[in-house]
Amino acid sequence: MSVEAREARQPWILLSPALGAVTFLLLVPLIFIIVYSFWLRSAIGGDQVGFYLDNWQKVLTDRFYRDILLNTLKIAAVTTFICALMGYPAAYFIARSKGSKMVLLLLLMLPFWISYIIRTMSWINILGTSGALNTLLVSVGVISEPVQMLYNEATVILGLVHFLLPFMVLNVYVSLEGIDTNLEDAATSLGATRWQAFLQVTLPLSLPGLAAGGLLCFVLGAGTYITPVILGGPRDAMFANLVFEAIITQLNWPLGSALSLLLLMVLGVLVAIYNRYLGMSQLAKGLG
Amino acid sequence: MSSVTLNNIVKRFGNFTAVHRSSLDIAEGAFVTLLGPSGCGKTTNLRMIAGLLDPTEGEILIGGKRVNDVPIHKRNLGLVFQNYALFPHKTVAENVAFGLKYRDVAKSDIPAKVEAALDLVQLPDVGHRYPKELSGGQQQRIALARAIVIEPDVLLLDEPLSALDANLREDMRVELKRIQARIGVTTVFVTHDQSEALAMSDQIVVMSAGRVEQVGAPEDVYNTPASEFVANFLGASNILEAKCTGTRADGDVTLEAPIFGQMTVPAAKAPRVEGAGPAKLVVRAEKLLLSKEKAAEGVVSVPATVETVDYQGQAVRYFVRAGETQLQAINMIDGHPFAEGSQINLHLRPQDCAALPGE
Repeated sequence: MSVEAREARQPWILLSPALGAVTFLLLVPLIFIIVYSFWLRSAIGGDQVGFYLDNWQKVLTDRFYRDILLNTLKIAAVTTFICALMGYPAAYFIARSKGSKMVLLLLLMLPFWISYIIRTMSWINILGTSGALNTLLVSVGVISEPVQMLYNEATVILGLVHFLLPFMVLNVYVSLEGIDTNLEDAATSLGATRWQAFLQVTLPLSLPGLAAGGLLCFVLGAGTYITPVILGGPRDAMFANLVFEAIITQLNWPLGSALSLLLLMVLGVLVAIYNRYLGMSQLAKGLG
Repeated sequence: MSSVTLNNIVKRFGNFTAVHRSSLDIAEGAFVTLLGPSGCGKTTNLRMIAGLLDPTEGEILIGGKRVNDVPIHKRNLGLVFQNYALFPHKTVAENVAFGLKYRDVAKSDIPAKVEAALDLVQLPDVGHRYPKELSGGQQQRIALARAIVIEPDVLLLDEPLSALDANLREDMRVELKRIQARIGVTTVFVTHDQSEALAMSDQIVVMSAGRVEQVGAPEDVYNTPASEFVANFLGASNILEAKCTGTRADGDVTLEAPIFGQMTVPAAKAPRVEGAGPAKLVVRAEKLLLSKEKAAEGVVSVPATVETVDYQGQAVRYFVRAGETQLQAINMIDGHPFAEGSQINLHLRPQDCAALPGE
């Protein structure tokens, strides 16, 4: 075999495990789901194979699905915004700390050692009617009866922020870490205050990290299933809960397939718009 | 334009003392170089003048005013970094204009000032480009333009040429000196490169391990090193343990040195030697001449063997052995160098030597 042919083959050999995984674990199931979404669940049980548009008509016209989809996107957006506000200063602090950087990063990773479900359920011990906060407030006499703080939209967002914050911090940290600290020094030597130097130099240069973190938080938040189940009330269902309901509870695979494809498409379009207008590649250009 | 004074400055990081008590006066308009190996405290000094570090003790004065408590953004200094530190997300023109936005400069005057600064560094047509589209040398010129467009009281240069390759470095050296002379700004230049220091400075401050070893004009520091460290750091020197046998009426010092025997060193080149006792003879490598000929009158000559030849084109560095002692000599040549193993004579004029007090 010639050298050229060998060199041409090499990338494909290196890529093949990943390509295999993507094909069999993502692409093939996705095609199944697409096909499923055009089948029909018959009244007597069992699926009717064919090309029916009934599921699609239902998910695209039913106001119930539309409202939950919009609410899901709203919760994901609010969560992302809070994560950005809380995560940026934390990431900045870690990136600028000298000796203890590794310890701080380890602490950031620590929550991942505990199951996400356990972490989410721990809020019940904190905010529940017999939880830590209620017990404290009753014992110091602020309230006479325990108050129900759980099972509403705010606790769903709280749980999501708890879950997603490390992703935001890590993404922003990585971009801040890549910024030469001499740049801020140069800006202040030219007459900018520390704050002006941050706004003029560090913040714009870290936007790619903030954008990547934001995208990750938004997509993971919009697709969440566990958090509303554990921390939400009956009216706080998010879109992934509808998919679960259709497939697991009602055994209606065709409808569940159509629902999950709808969520996938909506998120796909939002990511494309986000990429177009926040122009992540454009931002990255300046960093050379 | 302002003078800079460091008054009994000490800088400690935890238990480590980066700068031992040192004082320094930098005259208005002077080009002063802080020279020393890495870790000698030269950059720490520069960063304290800039306001990026606070001195642990002592005072810093710029233009006669104490600036210890003046934050960096109010000190009006131009700072140039080794890695240029240009803002990658701003165009060249925006980079240069950056400092003007924080000064009382009318918006309409900014483009003209930016253009003038880019003209001064001889890059008039790159304003619309991004820094990464320029070469390293061009980026450093832009960094210089950005620092001088604000008409700083003091220009601080932190190893600005070290990231450039050799040829470019020598061009930029001349260029930098030309620009500094043109605008006449007081300049503090930090480098570990002795040839940069010798070529550019009005005054050199040689530093070692947080202490100032010597302050002086380049010729003085080079010809009359104040310590063994300075003698070795600036150029190559042979330092021989000797014995001072006395001081003559005209102040010249007589030494009894190994290999060379009886030597008389001029008073100006032995300012620190006081009377008889242990001393050191400093012989610059380029003052030690290899020859097959006999020495002229007044030139000391000793036989030696060439051990190693390091050929450099117009010059050769020889390592020679005379008795038990190995010596280094750098000679200009226009033919072939002496071969390894040749028997030659070492010629040395006593007035080319310097003497230091012994321990």
